[in-house]
Amino acid sequence: MESSSAALGHPAAAGASAGAAGGGGHHHGPPEAHASSKVDRQVLGMILFIVSEVMLFGAFFAAYFFLRVVVNPEAWPPESVHLPVAIAGINTAILVSSSFTMHYALEGIRRGNHLALKLGLAITWLLGATFLFIQVNEYIHIGFSARDGAFGSVFYGLTGLHGAHVFIGLLLLTFANIRAWRGHFGPAAKEHLGVEIPGIYWHFVDVMWIIVFVTVYIL
Amino acid sequence: MHNPMRSEAEAFRWLVVILAGALTVIALTLLTRPLVGAIWALVLIVAGLAMALRDSRGTEHGPLAVTRGGDGRHRVLALANQTVRSPALLEQLAESTRERRAEIRVVVPALPGSRAELWASDTDEATELARQRMELCVLDLREAGHRANGAVGDSDPSVALADALAEYPADEIVISTLPPGRSRWLDERVVERAREELSLPVRHLVWDPEAKRATPG
Repeated sequence: MESSSAALGHPAAAGASAGAAGGGGHHHGPPEAHASSKVDRQVLGMILFIVSEVMLFGAFFAAYFFLRVVVNPEAWPPESVHLPVAIAGINTAILVSSSFTMHYALEGIRRGNHLALKLGLAITWLLGATFLFIQVNEYIHIGFSARDGAFGSVFYGLTGLHGAHVFIGLLLLTFANIRAWRGHFGPAAKEHLGVEIPGIYWHFVDVMWIIVFVTVYIL
Repeated sequence: MHNPMRSEAEAFRWLVVILAGALTVIALTLLTRPLVGAIWALVLIVAGLAMALRDSRGTEHGPLAVTRGGDGRHRVLALANQTVRSPALLEQLAESTRERRAEIRVVVPALPGSRAELWASDTDEATELARQRMELCVLDLREAGHRANGAVGDSDPSVALADALAEYPADEIVISTLPPGRSRWLDERVVERAREELSLPVRHLVWDPEAKRATPG
């Protein structure tokens, strides 16, 4: 919780602290914001964005479970539908692996190992792109479309929504890769926010896929 | 209460936990039937939410950053709530600033009356009460001839202290509390933590309003 500050009629207070912080120099502009939450504003922004994304996915899952439990059709999925569970399982392993390589990249840069950062980010990007490629390939060969009943709609809705998130994640990783190769990042926390924030997003995307995979393909 | 996911490392930890849970759901579903897996998944979701709630209790305390002064003025930061106008605190502040160029900042945390008020951010009344206490204390100090100012702080006294130190170059800290057993701040180790984490002298004053006497902390 941020503190509510109500300094009592003492104009010297702000000036004294500003002077101290600036090594005795003149302070221009507003004072530094308090950060009682101890979270960088950029990280906090991503976390809040993810909270909104959880609600978005929640709406799609609500639709899925409404159709499956409340509408309760005779067969779920319909008998004509054969989901490629094995391929989706391998694809899940590929995507989950990319979270480990992402974490490896960040642990690398935290220790000042730029090679680990570049390697980890590059492999993460490749694994993410492979996942997306396999998913598109699955769409081509799966044998039903979003128009084929409620199951088709909700299947493509959930997996498509997730695929869009993987695509956005790949864009973020592309920028992180380029910046890593150009030497923009350093070991201090503030020096690699450009990897930390896409990393949080990427883990979220992976967690959502685990839930989508278990819900749609397994249960 | 604090956010249980504050960094990539924590997000990764959550991913590993969820992955482990998902693997058990998959195994159970393949070995039995989907309904059993679904029930197990529900159990895991409830357990996960409980774990997240437990992890998010309390305030996450980071290292305290101290702002340094440099103009030769001795600055005393006083942290108090119910005991902010106790004669013992005023005497201690007078003692700390005796015969030198000095300044006192009084910080009174805005403590909501209940957890529900805290969660609902319904802190207007608490902030107003804290402001009144702080202003009366500052007026007392000014009447006694001290250079003094004040601020209302976060409901968590440790966070209020951290916020105050981030902008106020204190040379000494005085924390005034109720006696042990009646002081929530002592239960929360506010004084101990300040002494452990700060390189500044931290004086602790215990004031018993019923007995109207002070004891050193």
